[in-house]
Amino acid sequence: MEAIKEHKGLVFPLNRTNIDTDQIIPKQFLKRIERTGFGQFVFYNWRFDDNGNKREDFDLNKPQFDGASILLAGENFGCGSSREHAPWALLDYGFRVVIAPSFADIFYNNALKNGIILIKMEESQILEWMKQSEDGAFYLTVDLQKQEIQDQNGGTVDFDIPAYHKEKLLNGWDDIALTLLLDDKIKAYEESTQV
Amino acid sequence: MGKPKTIIEKIWEKHVVHQEEGKPDLLYIDQHLIHEVTSPQAFEGLRLNNRKVRRPDLTFATMDHNVPTKNREVVKDEISKKQMETLRKNCEDFGIKLADMFHPDQGIVHVIGPQLGLTQPGKTIVCGDSHTSTHGAFGALAFGIGTSEVEHVLATQTLMQERPKTLNVHVKGDLGPGVTAKDLILAIIAKFGVKFGTGYVMEYTGEAIHKLPMEGRMTICNMSIEGGARAGLISPDETTVEFLRGREYVPEGEAFEKKAQEWLELATDEGAVYDRTVVINAEEVEPQVSWGTNPSMCVPVGGTTPSLDEVDHKEDVKRALDYMGLEENQPITSIEIDHVFIGSCTNSRLRDLQKAADIIKGRKVKDGVKAIVVPGSFSVKLEAEKLGLDEIFKEAGFEWRDSGCSMCLGMNDDIVPAGGRCASTSNRNFEGRQGNGARTHLVSPEMAAAAAVEGRFIDVRKFQSGVLN
Repeated sequence: MEAIKEHKGLVFPLNRTNIDTDQIIPKQFLKRIERTGFGQFVFYNWRFDDNGNKREDFDLNKPQFDGASILLAGENFGCGSSREHAPWALLDYGFRVVIAPSFADIFYNNALKNGIILIKMEESQILEWMKQSEDGAFYLTVDLQKQEIQDQNGGTVDFDIPAYHKEKLLNGWDDIALTLLLDDKIKAYEESTQV
Repeated sequence: MGKPKTIIEKIWEKHVVHQEEGKPDLLYIDQHLIHEVTSPQAFEGLRLNNRKVRRPDLTFATMDHNVPTKNREVVKDEISKKQMETLRKNCEDFGIKLADMFHPDQGIVHVIGPQLGLTQPGKTIVCGDSHTSTHGAFGALAFGIGTSEVEHVLATQTLMQERPKTLNVHVKGDLGPGVTAKDLILAIIAKFGVKFGTGYVMEYTGEAIHKLPMEGRMTICNMSIEGGARAGLISPDETTVEFLRGREYVPEGEAFEKKAQEWLELATDEGAVYDRTVVINAEEVEPQVSWGTNPSMCVPVGGTTPSLDEVDHKEDVKRALDYMGLEENQPITSIEIDHVFIGSCTNSRLRDLQKAADIIKGRKVKDGVKAIVVPGSFSVKLEAEKLGLDEIFKEAGFEWRDSGCSMCLGMNDDIVPAGGRCASTSNRNFEGRQGNGARTHLVSPEMAAAAAVEGRFIDVRKFQSGVLN
């Protein structure tokens, strides 16, 4: 996965709670056997009508949100299915940061494995940013090293992130390579438990 | 004797391979189940890095999400076909046992694990599927993982995991007559919400839980993820042991008795402390019907959709009602349905089908309602046919299908059309889940069967008590 230290981007506010992974990427797009190319399907049923035409009433389709890379959402973002296609789709579309009051557990791990910065933030702060960003042209800069978000007017807000998750993102670590360094321990475990 | 422990702590501690301050634990995985949808990219990753599957013997594969449930030979969708062929090739190349769609062991991954006895108390079990929590019914620590984690388990037979907090979901008293495990779990999620379990592993405790047969326990644990918990489990007891006796992958004779003793000792110790406890009174649970677009949007069948003035997140509730084509304060029994789906990893086991058949027997599916039964596995289908359940369903006007995930998520051809309304025994009522624009109402198999007959929701207890014939 790609290391990420800082990200500045256009904010897209999606003021809905419990956005499930079926909404992030519907099931008809889970049949591909690649990791890439899912961005075109992100939020598909919200972005497109039954004939595949863009829905004008869905904000992400509006030109002012072209190139958005920071997503603001309501609580329990990413609930439901374990499909990693959800973070693949978000990332492939261009989202590098998601800010929400809370995230579902499986989604959180999946996003972390793909170098997406997930930030848990007070709902009141998110609602304020949602208001400021509803017409587009609102940018945030996320500094992972400093654990700080700066808005375009110079205001800053701190955020918490578990130290280990931060290290992983900053370094772009490959968990499998790290675990294989512990091969002796795994072998010893297998021998002692006869599994 | 040491400090009393929960079963969750006991299983966790037994499986820690490596521990380091400030880092997640490295946890050994005893059983890895895989299916065609979430595994191809994991195998691709192994190939790219020239890695092997560490323990093919602890890995078991099946095809369930894409498989047709009729005319199985013909997979019309080329991409579905390719996904299944990819699984076959991956299993061949890496030496993994596969129950493909014509194999007698084929079925929904969460139905066949327990059926084969691969699922056992005390095991750590993972699968690239959020409903892996189902296996917790046996006192296993079982949870869904993403594809990167699937690759991690294939390569190392371990996972980096942060130690979860423990949550006791305590069920007080007994369930009333005609109230099922499905109603109980829906009521739990309605009461505590879709994220009360986030960050926790749940243990379901209380007499009502231990009186349930294994099928009911699987229904409960299956939907732990709908309450936010990756895993939910139930301490093993004699019911657990007897269910597993004689199954293909459990030991026989004395070795089994020894195992059984170990399993029973895993049960949570008297006096063990959980990080959090929630309590629900079983006696207050009634047959449930979901009205909205997440599983907590659920009420007793005698109830109504909510009043917009009385809810938090009014916008979200309004959106859900609009999507579902319902008004606020609308009685549940006024909702007419045009589809019925009995199946899915939540409710497709023999007992589920028997319970639905008890309601259907001698009755007819209402005109204009398309009703299908999709057994959870090939073996469930055969057993049901031996009991003549297929005839009962077919005579009533149901279609009797082959096993698979089917209309729970419509990755095969089993889709509810846009605007269609389905009484479904599955686990998720998300927008578009059963088909783009489809409206899903989650219910028990008994309630689904009753809805098929009436063409709208009705309290199934009226059938059972003989009020209605």
